[in-house]
Amino acid sequence: MTKHFPVGVFFNKKQVHAVEDASFIVQRGQVVALVGESGSGKTTTIRMIARLIPVTRGEIFFEGANILRTEPHRASMDYRRKVQLIFQDPFASLNSVHTIEHHLARPLIIHKKASGRQEIHERVCDLLETVELKPAAEIANRYPHQLSGGQRQRVAIARALAVDPELILADEPISMLDVSIRMGVLNLIDKLKEERGISYVYITHDLASARYIGDKIMVMYAGHMVEGGDGEALMNEAAHPYTQLLLSAVPNPHASLRTDKGIGARGEVPSLIDPPPGCPFATRCLKVMNPCRQVMPGQTVVQPGHWVRCHLFSPDGNS
Amino acid sequence: MSSRNITSVQDAQPPSSNNPATGGPLLDIRDLRVVYLTTRGPVKAVDGVSLAIQPGEVVGLAGESGSGKSTIAHAILRILHPPALITGGQALFSGRDIMKMDDTELGQFRWSEISIVFQSAMNALNPVMKIRDQLLDVMQCHGLSKTVANERAVHLFDLVGIDPQRLEAYPHQLSGGMRQRAVIAIALALNPDMLIMDEPTTALDVVVQKDILQQIATLREKLGFSILFITHDLSLLVEISTRIAIMYAGELVEKAPARELFELPLHPYTLGLMNSFPSISGLKHKLTGIPGSPPDLVEPPAGCRFHPRCPKVMAICSQVAPATKFISPDHSVSCHLFNQDR
Repeated sequence: MTKHFPVGVFFNKKQVHAVEDASFIVQRGQVVALVGESGSGKTTTIRMIARLIPVTRGEIFFEGANILRTEPHRASMDYRRKVQLIFQDPFASLNSVHTIEHHLARPLIIHKKASGRQEIHERVCDLLETVELKPAAEIANRYPHQLSGGQRQRVAIARALAVDPELILADEPISMLDVSIRMGVLNLIDKLKEERGISYVYITHDLASARYIGDKIMVMYAGHMVEGGDGEALMNEAAHPYTQLLLSAVPNPHASLRTDKGIGARGEVPSLIDPPPGCPFATRCLKVMNPCRQVMPGQTVVQPGHWVRCHLFSPDGNS
Repeated sequence: MSSRNITSVQDAQPPSSNNPATGGPLLDIRDLRVVYLTTRGPVKAVDGVSLAIQPGEVVGLAGESGSGKSTIAHAILRILHPPALITGGQALFSGRDIMKMDDTELGQFRWSEISIVFQSAMNALNPVMKIRDQLLDVMQCHGLSKTVANERAVHLFDLVGIDPQRLEAYPHQLSGGMRQRAVIAIALALNPDMLIMDEPTTALDVVVQKDILQQIATLREKLGFSILFITHDLSLLVEISTRIAIMYAGELVEKAPARELFELPLHPYTLGLMNSFPSISGLKHKLTGIPGSPPDLVEPPAGCRFHPRCPKVMAICSQVAPATKFISPDHSVSCHLFNQDR
């Protein structure tokens, strides 16, 4: 019972190469964290998985089935039940004219998870209790504006849980929340993973939270996945110069800010409209070599469960 | 655990002037109070905040959204608008009370002595004016001639690390990081003694954030201005500031030198905040964050405002607001836990 997602994707809408050749696997009960700057293609990737936008090229395997083949035009009810999304902004993802009960009852009715007023109400209360919103009966009658950001995000999680999903795609679920309540929401996600075996794709630009919750971490840059692997291995032995740059940029209270440039690579992310050949990071990379500007490096395994796409590690190079 | 012995009310106000040894603070905020008038009643957004900033110092102000950080910044510059009302307190800048300045004085004071960098550079810049004109505008308003201002504009762009040719650009033609640099250039236009930075890097990617913070640190070394740095990101503050003040629900709950606060946080809220940021190194352990959510400031909780969320709450906490205790000359905390043993 493993779930495979070798997503080989080439997204080419309006010639913006938002995501290219992104492949990764989510095992059951695992959190895969996608890390990258804004515009690196993280959200595009999960929107393709959720089938909100068409895939230009590539395949998505879900529970062994190539779902782009089996349900080419529109995702089936079953797929939509099993794959749920949590959005970044809990102020925008709930409808302000409906009560919380309405929000949670909709998926139950549509996916025929409950019927009858009484049963639906009970399920709604169960869900609210699962996400630690108490007293559930009272919360159910409230409107979104009567809840805090953290509470709303919990409602969004409850809505995803309503249909017993197998995979939850979480798009920066904590970045809009107050700092003191972020950990509560992350811990809830972790608890649901442990208790229900739900898998997640967790999107973030914050490496520290990716490390906190991710079993595996994938680093994206300009539409490419440049490095991936088990969370700890990747953090402790970051191989790709971009990952190292990201790590060095995370505020670190243990070291005070140095005024020298350190590892600081300068320059901008290349345009995705006509991307230059070769590695997308070549324009900013301090260790750039000749091949970097010509060929996109392939995947090299640096240690079991940890790969990188960088010429420094290509078989004909150093490694 | 219970604390029956202290039933009497709060002791006196904290010693009002901070260490005079260094020749007096540049900005001395004393007992500042700001309310927002709403139909539900006044929201006490800033409730008796005192904070002193010495020349050349970087003071970090940390707290969650809605804790009143930005309100303080706006109050210092007197740019608050009507539903907001400054109801009390002083803000002494080199000895002059900003709260008592009239419009002409304010016009002179703002930007030439203290300027501000806002969170969203896109909103701070006028989208239909070239960056050059926006820079010149500030300088000409303060009496610089056009030629001098033009020269200075080029110099400022050099200073913040943008190619001066970009002076001709409109804001939308610049990347987010460059826009924020341009805003910093505008803030530095008149060489102020103090810069207020209101979450200047929150909207930026980490790599750009690091770049800009380094730039600010370099500029500060070169030009010697003080900074009041406002953010919710405590780990960032520990890295850049000399002292940190922690704000919760309109009040300062703890003030300490940055390193000391990081190594020895005393207030349960500070501890909770520290526990809200996962780290990229070291052992991975379960972080708890802080249960509950920040209070409604129309009717703030009685006693200590943090008591409904506090893991170490005692009987007295819900009745009496804790006084500020000085653990050392520059480390103060407002919590009953520390009032007890003294």
